[in-house]
Amino acid sequence: MNKRWLLLTLLLMATNVFSAIDTFEFSNDEQRQRFQLLSDELRCPKCQNQNLSGSNSGIALDLRKELHRMVLTGQSTKQIKGFMVERYGEFVLYKPSVNSLTYVLWYGPFVLLIMGFVVVFLIGRSKKSTVAAIDPNYDVGSVSSKEHQQQLKALLDKKHD
Amino acid sequence: MRRTLLFIPFVVCIVLGVLFYKGLSLDPSVLPSTKIGKAFPDFSLVSVASEDKIYTQLDMRGAVRLVNVWATWCPTCKQEHSYLNKLAKTEGVEIIGINYKDEKNKAQQWLKRFQDPYIFNIYDEKGGLGLDLGVYGAPETYIVDRQGVIQYRHVGEVNARVWVDLKVKMQALGWASNE
Repeated sequence: MNKRWLLLTLLLMATNVFSAIDTFEFSNDEQRQRFQLLSDELRCPKCQNQNLSGSNSGIALDLRKELHRMVLTGQSTKQIKGFMVERYGEFVLYKPSVNSLTYVLWYGPFVLLIMGFVVVFLIGRSKKSTVAAIDPNYDVGSVSSKEHQQQLKALLDKKHD
Repeated sequence: MRRTLLFIPFVVCIVLGVLFYKGLSLDPSVLPSTKIGKAFPDFSLVSVASEDKIYTQLDMRGAVRLVNVWATWCPTCKQEHSYLNKLAKTEGVEIIGINYKDEKNKAQQWLKRFQDPYIFNIYDEKGGLGLDLGVYGAPETYIVDRQGVIQYRHVGEVNARVWVDLKVKMQALGWASNE
């Protein structure tokens, strides 16, 4: 059983291993790393769910070339992302930028979490108040209380017979 | 009050259901163009027909036209080609072609063999204009207005069904059919 899970985990992890092989030249490691990072973070416009580094489609290759050119000419990450978004829209960013359109995406989960806490809190409180609401001023020593106990005893005895 | 609160999960379910149901009919492969309402990007490229003729973004102005991105390696372009011929002939639609990442002699042969619906063809060998337009797969068809502003993009084949839609949009921009 354990082996199965291990196998499944490994298979799921393997999706990132596929990537296109290009021969791009870089003058230093910093450029290579930036290229790698950006081609992992930018999404292929044509493909349904692949980044630029993972796709062999023509457009992904073109964009990798463009990315390579921009990295070599020393353009900033912001400039490069801006270039891509200007042409292909926010779709190309796997990590969408924070703006009025994406507030729901970024903060929605936290809002839902807080709402969950509020609901749990309210339910907890109302439960407590239900217990108290049965009879907050119930006096164990009162006449009615003794009557109740007798009635209860009678009922229990009846059951036992 | 208590009772109405009980309906909250039900209402939430209905709203989410409607949302998801609508989502089902969305085509995830259609990417909205970022160029709608923007001027046609600057370019300077030669014509497919002749090395001497150079076209720029200024040539995109003057009339409400279709701009069709095509290539000989694109099977869907072949499929829509006869319909483009028909549009040019019977409806008098002016179509500008962008020959995208193609070989010139192949493109020329294609136009000879399957007829030429285009008023002219821009030769975008490297795909630079395509990149600036945000083309992610041929064929793509744009509506460009008199001022050379991109008004609409359709990705995929242009056929009778798509044309109904394109026609309405072109007419809204002041275009009139030949018919």
